[in-house]
Amino acid sequence: MAQVIDLDGERPGRRRRAGAAAVAAGAQRASGERSRRRRRTTPLLADLEPASEAGTVAAHDPADRPTDRSVDGSPAHAAAAPPEEIDLRAFEAPVSERRDNGAPRARTGTGTPRSPRATRSVTVTTPTSPPASASTTAPTTAPTDGTDVPAADAGAVPRRPARKAVRTSRTTTAATSGTSNDPAGPAVGDAGGPAPAVRRPPRAAVRSASGARRPRVRPPGSGPERLVAVTDAATEAGEAIADALGHRPGDVEEKIAAALAFLRRRLTGDYEVDEFGFDRELTETVLLALVRPLYRRWFRVEVRGIENIPDTGGALLVANHSGAVALDSVMTQVAVHDTHPQHRFLRMLGADLVFSTPFVGEIARKGGATLAANADAERLLSAGEVVGVWPEGFKGIGKPFSERYKLQRFGRGGFVSAALRTRTPIVPCAIVGAEETYPILGNIPTLARLLGLPYFPVTPTFPLLGLLGAIPLPSKWLIEFGTPVPTDDLGIGAADDPMLVFDLTDQIRQTIQQTLYSLLVQRRSVFF
Amino acid sequence: MGRVVLVTGVSRYLGGLFARVLSADPQIDRIIGVDVVPPPHDIGRSDFVRADIRNPVIAKVIGAAAVDTVVHMNVIATPTSAGGRVSMKEINVIGTMQLLAACQKAPSVRRLVVKSTSSVYGASPRDPAMFTEDTGAKVLPRSGWGKDSVEVEGYVRGFSRRRPDVEVVMLRLANFIGPGVRTALTDYFMLPVVPTVMGFDPRIQFVHEDDGIEALRLATVGPATGIVNVAGDGSITVNQAARLAGRPTAPVPPPLVGVVGQAARRSGLADFSGEQIRFLSYGRGLDTTRMRRVLGLEPRYSTRAAFADFVRGRRLTGPLSPDRVETVEAGLLGLLRAVVPAGSVG
Repeated sequence: MAQVIDLDGERPGRRRRAGAAAVAAGAQRASGERSRRRRRTTPLLADLEPASEAGTVAAHDPADRPTDRSVDGSPAHAAAAPPEEIDLRAFEAPVSERRDNGAPRARTGTGTPRSPRATRSVTVTTPTSPPASASTTAPTTAPTDGTDVPAADAGAVPRRPARKAVRTSRTTTAATSGTSNDPAGPAVGDAGGPAPAVRRPPRAAVRSASGARRPRVRPPGSGPERLVAVTDAATEAGEAIADALGHRPGDVEEKIAAALAFLRRRLTGDYEVDEFGFDRELTETVLLALVRPLYRRWFRVEVRGIENIPDTGGALLVANHSGAVALDSVMTQVAVHDTHPQHRFLRMLGADLVFSTPFVGEIARKGGATLAANADAERLLSAGEVVGVWPEGFKGIGKPFSERYKLQRFGRGGFVSAALRTRTPIVPCAIVGAEETYPILGNIPTLARLLGLPYFPVTPTFPLLGLLGAIPLPSKWLIEFGTPVPTDDLGIGAADDPMLVFDLTDQIRQTIQQTLYSLLVQRRSVFF
Repeated sequence: MGRVVLVTGVSRYLGGLFARVLSADPQIDRIIGVDVVPPPHDIGRSDFVRADIRNPVIAKVIGAAAVDTVVHMNVIATPTSAGGRVSMKEINVIGTMQLLAACQKAPSVRRLVVKSTSSVYGASPRDPAMFTEDTGAKVLPRSGWGKDSVEVEGYVRGFSRRRPDVEVVMLRLANFIGPGVRTALTDYFMLPVVPTVMGFDPRIQFVHEDDGIEALRLATVGPATGIVNVAGDGSITVNQAARLAGRPTAPVPPPLVGVVGQAARRSGLADFSGEQIRFLSYGRGLDTTRMRRVLGLEPRYSTRAAFADFVRGRRLTGPLSPDRVETVEAGLLGLLRAVVPAGSVG
């Protein structure tokens, strides 16, 4: 899982290891232990692997690698090993020595005996657990992210793992020792794109190593000299950041050009909205990107049964509604777009309150929502769109926490008749986790009436902490799409048969309720 | 046997345009243009009759010429062009009543075409995305043109009950736009800075003046009956339209919108009635299935193309005109290219 390229006996290897292990454990807890498969490895550590691997490439001949790997097969070693120690003394030994002499003292205070084992040794350790070794090839680093990211996505978005690598390696570096900032350079630089990483590492590593070193080495003296050092460092830091983001200068230029073109289209009105006001470009580039961190990092949404949403043609997605503000609809939209192989957009049906509220209504329409009315639902379904409906409405999101995961009445079954008329399948969808984002303990009806809202929620933090209380609790979410219920075999007049509509509504409701219960049983804890 | 068409409101811009288009149609024997003021523009081969539709004189005109088709285009949208709201209401409502009374008495009338408006649907957050002809307004327009048009439509319905032998076509046209037509919305988008309702960016639809006139022509000579929505394909949003016209927008907080609207109306800059403000908050979309199927109109301009033609025709430019923005973009890109290679060398 990690490498120790240690050419210097002067370093406190053991203590560092202990620190790293603590960080890893902390990260493990913080990142919430996603799925069982990944639980075997530490997300944080798995993330670092491409970086370490690249470091290997930088330090050694590729021919060495097979033997390196065979060295550390023992799981005990893998568990005990620090997540990452790429000491750049491999490149710049004397300088590092100088630094090492100072820093450990500063860190520990009392001089603990230093590990004699590490003296002038080259230890390169690489993990053997299957997911980890898989992630040594760079594009597959995405799954370590924890959320269910499809393979296509992982390949297409190489930047994300890189960003993560930046963050994680930064924390590791900070924690392992105050001395070596340098590993951040190569680790960051190489994690991003696999191909450039193999080509570029030596330069990048050396550059950022020396870049970070220079200001330190120089005595805090003469002005111009220091200025040069600072500008040098700044330039190199800039390049390191560019590297870290996974693109070379050319890419950066392209990105900026694309961003400028986007801005130009926005400023000159050169974009399309459909008849419902859905702005595809804005949704894809801005709106989804804005809520994606919430989806991936905050709620760590896990999606199941995405294959139940057809690749083409209409489908009516019916889901439970909860959590004071309708975050669940937003998350479901991200889930459908990001995990579906066709990246379909979920067209949500919202209450009129949404569309009469300034900003909310505007963004909802641009994000693909429209009024929950039969006319709009049927129009969207006949156009072959995936339509999302939350038939509980305000009864669902405004219900007290004590009634969590108990489905409320499903409206008047209007959604079923819309599906029947357009002969589109109904996909039941169960969302677990949204109930805990804002546990509603009470309601202030007077205030609600005053503000024209259907309810005024009181949660443990809201309105007690004001705006701070509006931050949702970071519950762990599960979204499961169930088996579609076909409606095309029910005949033309089915929508006009109230008994059939009620029965079908009830059936869908029961399915969702059962799925909710089974998901709740499977859920380990609310937050992990 | 040819046809005799009577057109009301012929001295207005669209009336003149329609008269010229009808003049080119050989099926039509005679065109009689009626208005209170002489037309300032060419009305083709139509005969102008100076008459007020608020006056029973109109019945004599219809009877004398044995008119078989009446095209009612004299429902006025803005009080400024009618000399005040009172006079506008009188022309719209009383004028229509008089005209319909005259038509009811005239046995020669076989067809009635009424130019109505999509503002009869009102605008509210509870509206469906697209109005079909049989969708009722969730919130009826309470003032101005929309209210007048709802009343006009009511009288027309009454007329068609009393004279079932007369074919009645009511066209609910989206807002007209084009290089020549002047409406409240064209004034609005020609303001140097376009005030918008903060937090709202509604969809709006336009019909190009040529398409709108073609719709009226088809309704006059074709077999269509009933109510037909007419609009260009697609929608644009208010902000997008302002950008297309190169205009920056100034979002006005909703509580202040009324005040700003009144100030603008007083100063004669643009017409901001309450109804207009609702429209600029919630927007509206028309389903044009019947336009294609019943009326047989395939609009030449989409909503966006129609607006682009308006921008071209009026030569609208502003700080956000495409050429200016593109210049800035090219400049920034040049700057970037000058900086980035220098960085990548080190």
